[in-house]
Amino acid sequence: MRNIWAICKKEIQTYFTSPIAYVVITVFLVLVGFFFYSLIWWFNSQSLQMAQNPYYFQQLNINQMVFSPLFHNISIILLLVIPLLSMRLLAEEKKIKTDELLFTSPLSINQIILGKYSAALVVLLTMLVLTWIPVLFTFIYGNPELAPLLNGYLGLFLVGASFMAIGLFFSSVTENQIVAAMLTFGALLLFWVLNWAAYSATGFWRDVLNYLSFFQHFDDMTRGILDTSDLVYYLSVIFLGLFLTHAVIQSRRWR
Amino acid sequence: MIEVEHLTKKYGDLVAIRDLTFKVEKGKIWGFLGPNAAGKTTTMRILTGYLPATDGRARVGGFDVFDETDKVKRIIGYLPEVVPLYPEMTVQGYLKFVAEIKKIPSPEIKKAVDRVIDRVGLSPVRTRLIKNISRGYRQRVGLAQALIHDPEVLILDEPTIGLDPAQIIEIRQLIRSFKGERTIILSTHILAEVTQTCDGVVIINEGQLMASGSLDELTASLLDKDGVWLKLRQAGTEVATLFQNLPHVSSVAVENGGLRIEWPKGHDLRDEITRLVVEKNLGLEEMRPLAMNIEDLYLKVISGGGIRK
Repeated sequence: MRNIWAICKKEIQTYFTSPIAYVVITVFLVLVGFFFYSLIWWFNSQSLQMAQNPYYFQQLNINQMVFSPLFHNISIILLLVIPLLSMRLLAEEKKIKTDELLFTSPLSINQIILGKYSAALVVLLTMLVLTWIPVLFTFIYGNPELAPLLNGYLGLFLVGASFMAIGLFFSSVTENQIVAAMLTFGALLLFWVLNWAAYSATGFWRDVLNYLSFFQHFDDMTRGILDTSDLVYYLSVIFLGLFLTHAVIQSRRWR
Repeated sequence: MIEVEHLTKKYGDLVAIRDLTFKVEKGKIWGFLGPNAAGKTTTMRILTGYLPATDGRARVGGFDVFDETDKVKRIIGYLPEVVPLYPEMTVQGYLKFVAEIKKIPSPEIKKAVDRVIDRVGLSPVRTRLIKNISRGYRQRVGLAQALIHDPEVLILDEPTIGLDPAQIIEIRQLIRSFKGERTIILSTHILAEVTQTCDGVVIINEGQLMASGSLDELTASLLDKDGVWLKLRQAGTEVATLFQNLPHVSSVAVENGGLRIEWPKGHDLRDEITRLVVEKNLGLEEMRPLAMNIEDLYLKVISGGGIRK
Protein backbone atom coordinates (compact mmCIF):
# COMPACT_ATOMS: atom_id res chain seq x y z
CA MET A 1 0.00 0.00 0.00
CA ARG A 2 2.85 2.35 0.90
CA ASN A 3 4.47 1.65 -2.46
CA ILE A 4 1.29 2.40 -4.39
CA TRP A 5 1.01 5.63 -2.46
CA ALA A 6 4.63 6.57 -3.25
CA ILE A 7 3.99 6.20 -6.99
CA CYS A 8 0.59 7.88 -6.74
CA LYS A 9 2.00 10.87 -4.87
CA LYS A 10 4.76 11.34 -7.41
CA GLU A 11 2.28 11.10 -10.28
CA ILE A 12 -0.07 13.68 -8.74
CA GLN A 13 2.92 15.93 -8.21
CA THR A 14 3.87 15.57 -11.87
CA TYR A 15 0.34 16.48 -12.95
CA PHE A 16 0.32 19.60 -10.84
CA THR A 17 3.91 20.79 -11.26
CA SER A 18 3.52 20.78 -15.03
CA PRO A 19 0.88 22.88 -16.78
CA ILE A 20 -1.02 19.78 -18.00
CA ALA A 21 -3.45 19.40 -15.13
CA TYR A 22 -4.17 23.13 -14.85
CA VAL A 23 -4.80 23.59 -18.56
CA VAL A 24 -6.93 20.48 -18.88
CA ILE A 25 -8.99 21.24 -15.77
CA THR A 26 -9.48 24.90 -16.71
CA VAL A 27 -10.61 24.17 -20.25
CA PHE A 28 -12.84 21.40 -18.95
CA LEU A 29 -14.50 23.71 -16.43
CA VAL A 30 -14.96 26.51 -18.95
CA LEU A 31 -16.76 24.11 -21.27
CA VAL A 32 -18.85 22.61 -18.49
CA GLY A 33 -19.73 26.13 -17.37
CA PHE A 34 -20.82 27.05 -20.85
CA PHE A 35 -23.04 23.99 -21.24
CA PHE A 36 -24.50 24.50 -17.79
CA TYR A 37 -25.29 28.13 -18.57
CA SER A 38 -26.97 27.25 -21.87
CA LEU A 39 -29.06 24.55 -20.29
CA ILE A 40 -30.13 26.70 -17.37
CA TRP A 41 -30.99 29.52 -19.73
CA TRP A 42 -33.11 27.20 -21.82
CA PHE A 43 -34.75 25.74 -18.72
CA ASN A 44 -35.47 29.25 -17.51
CA SER A 45 -37.15 30.29 -20.73
CA GLN A 46 -39.18 27.08 -20.73
CA SER A 47 -40.27 27.79 -17.18
CA LEU A 48 -41.47 31.25 -18.15
CA GLN A 49 -43.46 29.89 -21.07
CA MET A 50 -44.97 27.06 -19.08
CA ALA A 51 -45.89 29.28 -16.17
CA GLN A 52 -49.24 30.05 -17.85
CA ASN A 53 -50.16 26.40 -18.03
CA PRO A 54 -50.29 24.66 -14.63
CA TYR A 55 -50.30 21.17 -16.19
CA TYR A 56 -47.12 21.61 -18.16
CA PHE A 57 -45.56 23.52 -15.30
CA GLN A 58 -45.87 20.37 -13.23
CA GLN A 59 -43.89 18.51 -15.86
CA LEU A 60 -40.83 20.72 -15.57
CA ASN A 61 -38.00 18.82 -13.93
CA ILE A 62 -34.57 20.33 -13.49
CA ASN A 63 -32.95 16.93 -13.11
CA GLN A 64 -34.24 15.75 -16.44
CA MET A 65 -34.04 19.01 -18.32
CA VAL A 66 -30.70 20.33 -17.05
CA PHE A 67 -28.66 17.67 -15.37
CA SER A 68 -29.31 14.70 -17.58
CA PRO A 69 -28.22 16.56 -20.75
CA LEU A 70 -25.39 18.22 -18.81
CA PHE A 71 -24.03 14.83 -17.82
CA HIS A 72 -24.11 13.75 -21.43
CA ASN A 73 -22.20 16.85 -22.41
CA ILE A 74 -19.64 16.33 -19.65
CA SER A 75 -19.13 12.73 -20.70
CA ILE A 76 -18.34 13.89 -24.25
CA ILE A 77 -15.83 16.43 -22.90
CA LEU A 78 -14.28 13.64 -20.84
CA LEU A 79 -13.96 11.60 -24.01
CA LEU A 80 -11.83 14.37 -25.47
CA VAL A 81 -9.92 15.28 -22.34
CA ILE A 82 -9.04 11.98 -20.72
CA PRO A 83 -6.69 10.80 -23.48
CA LEU A 84 -4.70 13.94 -22.74
CA LEU A 85 -4.49 13.06 -19.07
CA SER A 86 -3.66 9.40 -19.57
CA MET A 87 -1.19 9.62 -22.47
CA ARG A 88 1.72 10.57 -20.25
CA LEU A 89 1.35 7.91 -17.59
CA LEU A 90 3.58 5.15 -18.95
CA ALA A 91 4.73 6.50 -22.33
CA GLU A 92 6.73 9.26 -20.68
CA GLU A 93 8.53 6.84 -18.34
CA LYS A 94 9.73 4.86 -21.32
CA LYS A 95 10.67 7.95 -23.27
CA ILE A 96 12.90 9.41 -20.57
CA LYS A 97 14.03 5.94 -19.48
CA THR A 98 12.82 6.27 -15.91
CA ASP A 99 11.05 2.93 -16.32
CA GLU A 100 14.46 1.42 -15.67
CA LEU A 101 14.38 2.97 -12.20
CA LEU A 102 10.84 1.79 -11.49
CA PHE A 103 11.33 -1.75 -12.72
CA THR A 104 14.63 -2.26 -10.90
CA SER A 105 13.08 -1.11 -7.62
CA PRO A 106 11.54 -3.68 -5.33
CA LEU A 107 8.03 -2.80 -6.56
CA SER A 108 5.64 -5.11 -8.34
CA ILE A 109 4.19 -4.16 -11.73
CA ASN A 110 0.76 -4.08 -10.11
CA GLN A 111 1.87 -1.55 -7.54
CA ILE A 112 3.25 0.70 -10.27
CA ILE A 113 0.07 0.42 -12.36
CA LEU A 114 -2.27 0.99 -9.41
CA GLY A 115 -0.20 3.94 -8.22
CA LYS A 116 -0.38 5.62 -11.57
CA TYR A 117 -4.02 4.79 -12.14
CA SER A 118 -5.09 6.07 -8.74
CA ALA A 119 -3.24 9.35 -9.36
CA ALA A 120 -5.11 9.78 -12.63
CA LEU A 121 -8.38 9.11 -10.78
CA VAL A 122 -7.52 11.82 -8.27
CA VAL A 123 -7.24 14.31 -11.14
CA LEU A 124 -10.54 13.06 -12.58
CA LEU A 125 -12.19 13.42 -9.20
CA THR A 126 -10.83 16.94 -8.82
CA MET A 127 -12.37 17.86 -12.17
CA LEU A 128 -15.76 16.43 -11.26
CA VAL A 129 -15.82 17.94 -7.79
CA LEU A 130 -15.10 21.39 -9.22
CA THR A 131 -18.15 21.14 -11.50
CA TRP A 132 -20.22 21.18 -8.30
CA ILE A 133 -19.70 24.92 -7.99
CA PRO A 134 -22.38 25.83 -10.56
CA VAL A 135 -24.51 22.87 -9.48
CA LEU A 136 -24.65 24.20 -5.92
CA PHE A 137 -26.41 27.33 -7.19
CA THR A 138 -29.31 25.24 -8.41
CA PHE A 139 -29.83 24.15 -4.82
CA ILE A 140 -29.96 27.76 -3.71
CA TYR A 141 -32.45 28.88 -6.36
CA GLY A 142 -34.30 25.66 -7.03
CA ASN A 143 -34.98 22.25 -5.59
CA PRO A 144 -33.32 19.53 -7.65
CA GLU A 145 -33.42 15.98 -6.39
CA LEU A 146 -30.13 14.94 -4.84
CA ALA A 147 -30.22 11.17 -5.41
CA PRO A 148 -30.39 11.19 -9.24
CA LEU A 149 -27.76 13.92 -9.25
CA LEU A 150 -25.36 11.83 -7.21
CA ASN A 151 -26.18 8.84 -9.35
CA GLY A 152 -25.27 10.84 -12.45
CA TYR A 153 -21.99 11.87 -10.89
CA LEU A 154 -21.26 8.27 -10.02
CA GLY A 155 -21.92 7.48 -13.67
CA LEU A 156 -19.56 10.23 -14.80
CA PHE A 157 -16.87 9.02 -12.45
CA LEU A 158 -17.21 5.43 -13.67
CA VAL A 159 -17.17 6.51 -17.32
CA GLY A 160 -14.11 8.67 -16.67
CA ALA A 161 -12.39 5.86 -14.76
CA SER A 162 -13.07 3.43 -17.62
CA PHE A 163 -11.68 5.94 -20.11
CA MET A 164 -8.62 6.37 -17.93
CA ALA A 165 -8.01 2.60 -17.72
CA ILE A 166 -8.18 2.35 -21.50
CA GLY A 167 -5.89 5.39 -21.77
CA LEU A 168 -3.42 3.81 -19.38
CA PHE A 169 -3.35 0.71 -21.54
CA PHE A 170 -2.60 2.68 -24.71
CA SER A 171 0.03 4.65 -22.84
CA SER A 172 1.78 1.35 -22.11
CA VAL A 173 2.03 0.26 -25.74
CA THR A 174 4.03 3.23 -27.04
CA GLU A 175 6.60 5.73 -25.88
CA ASN A 176 5.01 8.49 -27.94
CA GLN A 177 2.38 10.46 -26.05
CA ILE A 178 0.55 11.70 -29.16
CA VAL A 179 0.23 8.14 -30.43
CA ALA A 180 -1.09 7.04 -27.04
CA ALA A 181 -3.64 9.88 -26.98
CA MET A 182 -4.85 9.26 -30.52
CA LEU A 183 -5.26 5.52 -30.00
CA THR A 184 -7.15 6.15 -26.77
CA PHE A 185 -9.41 8.71 -28.39
CA GLY A 186 -10.15 6.41 -31.32
CA ALA A 187 -10.95 3.47 -29.09
CA LEU A 188 -13.16 5.52 -26.77
CA LEU A 189 -15.15 7.07 -29.57
CA LEU A 190 -15.64 3.70 -31.19
CA PHE A 191 -16.93 2.18 -27.95
CA TRP A 192 -19.13 5.18 -27.41
CA VAL A 193 -20.97 4.85 -30.70
CA LEU A 194 -21.00 1.07 -30.86
CA ASN A 195 -24.75 1.12 -30.25
CA TRP A 196 -25.24 2.89 -33.60
CA ALA A 197 -24.28 -0.33 -35.25
CA ALA A 198 -26.81 -2.06 -33.02
CA TYR A 199 -29.66 -0.32 -34.87
CA SER A 200 -28.97 -2.30 -38.00
CA ALA A 201 -27.96 -5.52 -36.21
CA THR A 202 -30.45 -8.10 -35.10
CA GLY A 203 -30.86 -10.65 -32.34
CA PHE A 204 -27.78 -11.67 -30.44
CA TRP A 205 -25.40 -9.16 -32.04
CA ARG A 206 -27.75 -6.33 -31.31
CA ASP A 207 -27.63 -7.19 -27.62
CA VAL A 208 -23.88 -7.61 -27.65
CA LEU A 209 -23.24 -4.28 -29.38
CA ASN A 210 -25.66 -2.51 -27.10
CA TYR A 211 -24.05 -4.02 -24.07
CA LEU A 212 -20.53 -3.07 -25.15
CA SER A 213 -21.41 0.55 -25.87
CA PHE A 214 -20.45 3.09 -23.22
CA PHE A 215 -23.45 5.18 -24.17
CA GLN A 216 -26.10 2.65 -23.29
CA HIS A 217 -24.86 2.17 -19.74
CA PHE A 218 -24.23 5.83 -19.16
CA ASP A 219 -27.67 6.88 -20.37
CA ASP A 220 -29.31 4.85 -17.62
CA MET A 221 -27.18 6.44 -14.96
CA THR A 222 -27.87 10.04 -16.01
CA ARG A 223 -31.56 9.33 -15.66
CA GLY A 224 -31.07 8.24 -12.10
CA ILE A 225 -31.20 4.50 -12.66
CA LEU A 226 -28.59 2.52 -10.77
CA ASP A 227 -28.39 -0.95 -12.23
CA THR A 228 -25.81 -3.47 -11.04
CA SER A 229 -25.25 -4.61 -14.62
CA ASP A 230 -24.03 -1.09 -15.44
CA LEU A 231 -21.69 -1.16 -12.45
CA VAL A 232 -20.40 -4.56 -13.49
CA TYR A 233 -19.86 -3.26 -16.99
CA TYR A 234 -17.71 -0.31 -15.90
CA LEU A 235 -15.75 -2.29 -13.35
CA SER A 236 -15.06 -4.94 -16.02
CA VAL A 237 -13.78 -2.30 -18.44
CA ILE A 238 -11.52 -0.87 -15.74
CA PHE A 239 -10.25 -4.29 -14.78
CA LEU A 240 -9.64 -5.21 -18.41
CA GLY A 241 -7.72 -1.98 -19.05
CA LEU A 242 -5.46 -2.51 -16.06
CA PHE A 243 -5.03 -6.19 -16.80
CA LEU A 244 -3.98 -5.51 -20.40
CA THR A 245 -1.56 -2.83 -19.20
CA HIS A 246 0.01 -5.39 -16.90
CA ALA A 247 0.25 -7.87 -19.75
CA VAL A 248 1.94 -5.34 -22.04
CA ILE A 249 4.55 -4.40 -19.43
CA GLN A 250 5.18 -8.02 -18.58
CA SER A 251 5.53 -9.09 -22.22
CA ARG A 252 7.85 -6.20 -23.02
CA ARG A 253 10.22 -7.44 -20.37
CA TRP A 254 10.16 -11.00 -21.62
CA ARG A 255 10.61 -10.25 -25.28
CA MET B 1 29.21 -11.68 -4.61
CA ILE B 2 28.20 -11.68 -8.26
CA GLU B 3 28.22 -14.98 -10.11
CA VAL B 4 27.16 -15.29 -13.71
CA GLU B 5 26.92 -18.73 -15.28
CA HIS B 6 26.29 -19.47 -18.95
CA LEU B 7 24.11 -16.42 -19.31
CA THR B 8 22.45 -15.99 -22.70
CA LYS B 9 20.03 -13.33 -23.88
CA LYS B 10 18.32 -13.26 -27.24
CA TYR B 11 16.12 -10.51 -28.63
CA GLY B 12 14.20 -12.48 -31.22
CA ASP B 13 16.91 -13.81 -33.50
CA LEU B 14 19.50 -11.37 -32.31
CA VAL B 15 21.84 -12.83 -29.73
CA ALA B 16 22.84 -10.05 -27.36
CA ILE B 17 24.96 -12.13 -25.03
CA ARG B 18 26.03 -15.71 -25.40
CA ASP B 19 27.13 -18.13 -22.70
CA LEU B 20 28.64 -15.51 -20.41
CA THR B 21 30.38 -16.74 -17.26
CA PHE B 22 32.27 -14.64 -14.74
CA LYS B 23 32.56 -13.94 -11.06
CA VAL B 24 33.16 -10.83 -8.99
CA GLU B 25 34.32 -11.12 -5.40
CA LYS B 26 32.95 -9.12 -2.52
CA GLY B 27 34.35 -5.62 -2.09
CA LYS B 28 36.02 -5.51 -5.50
CA ILE B 29 35.54 -3.09 -8.36
CA TRP B 30 35.31 -4.71 -11.75
CA GLY B 31 35.39 -3.01 -15.08
CA PHE B 32 33.15 -4.17 -17.86
CA LEU B 33 34.85 -3.51 -21.17
CA GLY B 34 33.79 -3.99 -24.73
CA PRO B 35 32.97 -2.13 -27.90
CA ASN B 36 29.52 -0.65 -28.43
CA ALA B 37 26.74 -3.23 -28.73
CA ALA B 38 28.92 -5.86 -27.10
CA GLY B 39 26.21 -6.73 -24.58
CA LYS B 40 27.42 -4.77 -21.56
CA THR B 41 24.14 -2.98 -20.92
CA THR B 42 22.13 -6.14 -21.52
CA THR B 43 24.19 -8.03 -18.94
CA MET B 44 23.74 -5.24 -16.43
CA ARG B 45 20.01 -5.13 -17.05
CA ILE B 46 19.77 -8.85 -16.41
CA LEU B 47 21.75 -8.55 -13.17
CA THR B 48 19.45 -5.79 -11.93
CA GLY B 49 16.30 -7.73 -12.73
CA TYR B 50 15.15 -5.33 -15.43
CA LEU B 51 15.37 -7.97 -18.13
CA PRO B 52 15.04 -11.72 -17.80
CA ALA B 53 17.72 -13.87 -19.42
CA THR B 54 16.92 -16.42 -22.10
CA ASP B 55 19.19 -19.01 -20.54
CA GLY B 56 21.73 -19.43 -17.79
CA ARG B 57 21.89 -18.30 -14.19
CA ALA B 58 23.02 -15.25 -12.29
CA ARG B 59 23.34 -14.79 -8.57
CA VAL B 60 23.88 -11.55 -6.70
CA GLY B 61 24.70 -11.66 -3.00
CA GLY B 62 23.73 -15.32 -2.97
CA PHE B 63 20.24 -14.62 -4.36
CA ASP B 64 19.12 -15.89 -7.71
CA VAL B 65 18.33 -12.99 -10.04
CA PHE B 66 15.37 -14.84 -11.57
CA ASP B 67 13.81 -16.60 -8.61
CA GLU B 68 14.52 -14.07 -5.88
CA THR B 69 14.32 -10.89 -7.94
CA ASP B 70 12.84 -8.88 -5.12
CA LYS B 71 15.70 -9.67 -2.74
CA VAL B 72 18.27 -8.92 -5.43
CA LYS B 73 16.65 -5.57 -6.20
CA ARG B 74 16.95 -4.60 -2.55
CA ILE B 75 20.72 -5.10 -2.40
CA ILE B 76 21.56 -3.60 -5.80
CA GLY B 77 22.06 0.06 -6.62
CA TYR B 78 21.82 0.65 -10.34
CA LEU B 79 22.87 3.61 -12.43
CA PRO B 80 21.59 2.99 -15.97
CA GLU B 81 23.26 4.38 -19.06
CA VAL B 82 20.59 7.07 -19.36
CA VAL B 83 20.24 8.44 -15.85
CA PRO B 84 16.56 7.93 -14.90
CA LEU B 85 15.63 11.42 -13.75
CA TYR B 86 12.33 13.29 -13.58
CA PRO B 87 13.13 16.76 -14.88
CA GLU B 88 10.20 18.39 -13.08
CA MET B 89 11.29 17.24 -9.63
CA THR B 90 13.73 18.86 -7.26
CA VAL B 91 16.91 16.95 -6.41
CA GLN B 92 15.81 16.19 -2.87
CA GLY B 93 12.22 15.49 -3.91
CA TYR B 94 13.49 12.97 -6.43
CA LEU B 95 15.80 11.29 -3.92
CA LYS B 96 12.96 11.12 -1.42
CA PHE B 97 10.79 9.42 -4.03
CA VAL B 98 13.55 6.92 -4.83
CA ALA B 99 14.01 6.25 -1.12
CA GLU B 100 10.31 5.46 -0.87
CA ILE B 101 10.20 3.05 -3.77
CA LYS B 102 13.40 1.38 -2.55
CA LYS B 103 11.40 0.66 0.61
CA ILE B 104 13.47 2.59 3.10
CA PRO B 105 11.37 2.85 6.30
CA SER B 106 9.69 6.29 6.52
CA PRO B 107 11.48 7.57 9.65
CA GLU B 108 14.87 6.92 8.01
CA ILE B 109 14.16 8.52 4.65
CA LYS B 110 15.27 12.03 5.56
CA LYS B 111 18.51 10.73 7.03
CA ALA B 112 19.18 8.60 3.93
CA VAL B 113 18.57 11.54 1.59
CA ASP B 114 20.86 13.80 3.62
CA ARG B 115 23.52 11.13 3.71
CA VAL B 116 23.70 10.61 -0.06
CA ILE B 117 23.44 14.33 -0.81
CA ASP B 118 26.43 14.81 1.45
CA ARG B 119 28.31 11.83 0.06
CA VAL B 120 28.11 12.75 -3.63
CA GLY B 121 28.29 16.50 -3.09
CA LEU B 122 24.82 17.65 -4.10
CA SER B 123 24.24 20.20 -1.32
CA PRO B 124 24.51 23.26 -3.62
CA VAL B 125 21.66 22.03 -5.83
CA ARG B 126 19.44 20.08 -3.45
CA THR B 127 16.42 22.35 -3.84
CA ARG B 128 16.84 23.01 -7.58
CA LEU B 129 14.73 21.37 -10.27
CA ILE B 130 16.58 18.54 -11.98
CA LYS B 131 15.97 20.05 -15.42
CA ASN B 132 17.93 23.13 -14.36
CA ILE B 133 21.10 21.50 -13.07
CA SER B 134 24.26 20.73 -15.05
CA ARG B 135 25.11 17.40 -16.54
CA GLY B 136 27.76 16.69 -13.95
CA TYR B 137 25.25 17.21 -11.17
CA ARG B 138 22.70 15.05 -12.96
CA GLN B 139 25.21 12.23 -13.10
CA ARG B 140 25.75 12.67 -9.38
CA VAL B 141 22.02 12.58 -8.73
CA GLY B 142 22.12 9.29 -10.66
CA LEU B 143 24.82 7.98 -8.35
CA ALA B 144 22.96 9.27 -5.31
CA GLN B 145 19.83 7.39 -6.39
CA ALA B 146 21.86 4.20 -6.75
CA LEU B 147 23.36 4.65 -3.28
CA ILE B 148 20.33 5.76 -1.34
CA HIS B 149 19.37 2.38 0.13
CA ASP B 150 22.98 1.64 1.03
CA PRO B 151 23.27 -1.31 -1.36
CA GLU B 152 25.97 -3.96 -1.10
CA VAL B 153 26.29 -4.12 -4.86
CA LEU B 154 26.57 -1.22 -7.27
CA ILE B 155 26.03 -1.61 -10.99
CA LEU B 156 27.09 1.46 -12.92
CA ASP B 157 26.56 1.71 -16.66
CA GLU B 158 29.11 4.20 -18.01
CA PRO B 159 29.15 6.39 -14.92
CA THR B 160 31.51 9.01 -16.34
CA ILE B 161 30.08 9.39 -19.82
CA GLY B 162 29.57 12.96 -20.97
CA LEU B 163 31.42 14.54 -18.09
CA ASP B 164 34.30 16.99 -18.28
CA PRO B 165 37.76 15.80 -17.18
CA ALA B 166 37.54 17.36 -13.74
CA GLN B 167 34.14 15.78 -13.13
CA ILE B 168 35.41 12.43 -14.40
CA ILE B 169 38.19 12.51 -11.84
CA GLU B 170 35.74 13.40 -9.06
CA ILE B 171 33.34 10.61 -9.95
CA ARG B 172 36.21 8.13 -10.18
CA GLN B 173 37.44 9.14 -6.76
CA LEU B 174 33.95 8.70 -5.45
CA ILE B 175 33.72 5.22 -6.95
CA ARG B 176 37.15 4.30 -5.64
CA SER B 177 36.09 5.40 -2.17
CA PHE B 178 33.56 2.54 -2.13
CA LYS B 179 36.28 -0.05 -2.57
CA GLY B 180 36.08 -2.70 0.13
CA GLU B 181 32.63 -1.73 1.39
CA ARG B 182 30.68 -2.45 -1.80
CA THR B 183 31.01 -4.74 -4.77
CA ILE B 184 30.94 -2.74 -7.97
CA ILE B 185 30.61 -3.48 -11.65
CA LEU B 186 31.10 -0.52 -13.94
CA SER B 187 31.05 -0.46 -17.69
CA THR B 188 33.14 1.99 -19.62
CA HIS B 189 34.74 2.82 -22.93
CA ILE B 190 37.58 4.65 -21.26
CA LEU B 191 40.39 2.17 -20.84
CA ALA B 192 42.33 4.38 -18.45
CA GLU B 193 39.33 4.29 -16.16
CA VAL B 194 39.78 0.57 -15.71
CA THR B 195 43.44 0.82 -14.68
CA GLN B 196 42.67 3.69 -12.37
CA THR B 197 39.61 2.38 -10.60
CA CYS B 198 39.21 -1.32 -11.12
CA ASP B 199 40.64 -4.46 -9.57
CA GLY B 200 39.70 -6.63 -12.50
CA VAL B 201 38.02 -6.68 -15.85
CA VAL B 202 35.51 -8.59 -17.86
CA ILE B 203 36.02 -8.02 -21.57
CA ILE B 204 33.19 -8.96 -23.88
CA ASN B 205 32.78 -8.62 -27.60
CA GLU B 206 29.72 -9.42 -29.67
CA GLY B 207 28.05 -10.90 -26.64
CA GLN B 208 30.84 -13.31 -25.86
CA LEU B 209 33.28 -13.37 -23.02
CA MET B 210 36.78 -12.61 -24.30
CA ALA B 211 38.64 -12.40 -21.02
CA SER B 212 38.03 -12.01 -17.34
CA GLY B 213 40.27 -11.82 -14.33
CA SER B 214 42.27 -9.40 -12.25
CA LEU B 215 44.32 -6.89 -14.21
CA ASP B 216 47.68 -8.38 -13.09
CA GLU B 217 46.70 -11.90 -14.00
CA LEU B 218 45.45 -10.88 -17.38
CA THR B 219 48.40 -8.80 -18.41
CA ALA B 220 50.81 -11.44 -17.15
CA SER B 221 49.14 -14.22 -19.04
CA LEU B 222 48.87 -12.22 -22.20
CA LEU B 223 52.43 -11.10 -22.18
CA ASP B 224 54.68 -13.91 -23.31
CA LYS B 225 57.41 -11.54 -24.43
CA ASP B 226 59.58 -8.89 -22.89
CA GLY B 227 61.20 -6.03 -24.71
CA VAL B 228 62.40 -2.48 -24.89
CA TRP B 229 61.75 0.44 -27.09
CA LEU B 230 64.89 2.43 -28.06
CA LYS B 231 65.36 5.79 -29.64
CA LEU B 232 68.80 6.26 -31.16
CA ARG B 233 70.48 9.11 -32.98
CA GLN B 234 71.69 6.66 -35.57
CA ALA B 235 69.08 4.54 -37.18
CA GLY B 236 68.73 2.36 -40.23
CA THR B 237 68.63 -1.21 -41.28
CA GLU B 238 72.24 -1.94 -40.36
CA VAL B 239 71.56 -0.79 -36.79
CA ALA B 240 68.50 -3.02 -36.66
CA THR B 241 70.58 -5.97 -37.87
CA LEU B 242 73.09 -5.36 -35.08
CA PHE B 243 70.36 -5.93 -32.52
CA GLN B 244 68.82 -8.75 -34.46
CA ASN B 245 72.10 -10.62 -34.18
CA LEU B 246 72.12 -10.51 -30.40
CA PRO B 247 71.33 -13.90 -28.86
CA HIS B 248 67.65 -14.57 -27.88
CA VAL B 249 66.26 -11.53 -29.71
CA SER B 250 63.04 -12.63 -31.36
CA SER B 251 62.17 -9.51 -33.31
CA VAL B 252 63.34 -6.01 -34.08
CA ALA B 253 60.93 -3.57 -35.63
CA VAL B 254 60.92 0.11 -36.43
CA GLU B 255 58.16 1.75 -34.42
CA ASN B 256 57.37 5.41 -33.73
CA GLY B 257 60.76 6.54 -35.00
CA GLY B 258 62.60 4.11 -32.73
CA LEU B 259 63.29 0.41 -32.47
CA ARG B 260 61.11 -2.14 -30.77
CA ILE B 261 63.21 -5.06 -29.63
CA GLU B 262 61.49 -8.14 -28.22
CA TRP B 263 62.67 -11.39 -26.69
CA PRO B 264 60.93 -14.34 -25.10
CA LYS B 265 60.00 -14.11 -21.45
CA GLY B 266 62.60 -15.36 -19.01
CA HIS B 267 65.58 -13.56 -20.47
CA ASP B 268 66.81 -10.07 -19.78
CA LEU B 269 68.73 -8.53 -22.67
CA ARG B 270 68.76 -4.97 -21.39
CA ASP B 271 72.43 -5.13 -20.31
CA GLU B 272 73.55 -6.52 -23.66
CA ILE B 273 71.61 -3.92 -25.56
CA THR B 274 73.04 -1.06 -23.49
CA ARG B 275 76.56 -2.41 -23.97
CA LEU B 276 76.04 -2.62 -27.72
CA VAL B 277 74.73 0.95 -27.89
CA VAL B 278 77.75 2.27 -26.02
CA GLU B 279 80.31 0.19 -27.93
CA LYS B 280 78.96 1.14 -31.33
CA ASN B 281 78.37 4.72 -30.21
CA LEU B 282 74.78 4.72 -31.51
CA GLY B 283 73.75 7.74 -29.43
CA LEU B 284 71.06 6.69 -27.00
CA GLU B 285 68.23 9.19 -26.66
CA GLU B 286 65.54 7.17 -24.95
CA MET B 287 64.95 3.65 -23.72
CA ARG B 288 61.89 2.21 -22.03
CA PRO B 289 60.55 -1.22 -21.28
CA LEU B 290 57.66 -2.52 -23.34
CA ALA B 291 54.83 -3.12 -20.90
CA MET B 292 51.55 -4.56 -21.88
CA ASN B 293 49.10 -1.85 -20.89
CA ILE B 294 45.36 -1.99 -20.79
CA GLU B 295 45.03 -0.74 -24.33
CA ASP B 296 47.26 -3.48 -25.70
CA LEU B 297 45.36 -5.96 -23.60
CA TYR B 298 42.02 -4.73 -24.85
CA LEU B 299 43.01 -4.65 -28.51
CA LYS B 300 44.67 -8.02 -28.31
CA VAL B 301 41.66 -9.56 -26.64
CA ILE B 302 39.11 -7.98 -28.93
CA SER B 303 40.97 -8.80 -32.11
CA GLY B 304 42.65 -12.03 -31.15
CA GLY B 305 39.81 -14.22 -29.99
CA GLY B 306 40.63 -13.68 -26.34
CA ILE B 307 41.74 -15.83 -23.50
CA ARG B 308 39.80 -17.45 -20.76
CA LYS B 309 40.81 -17.85 -17.23
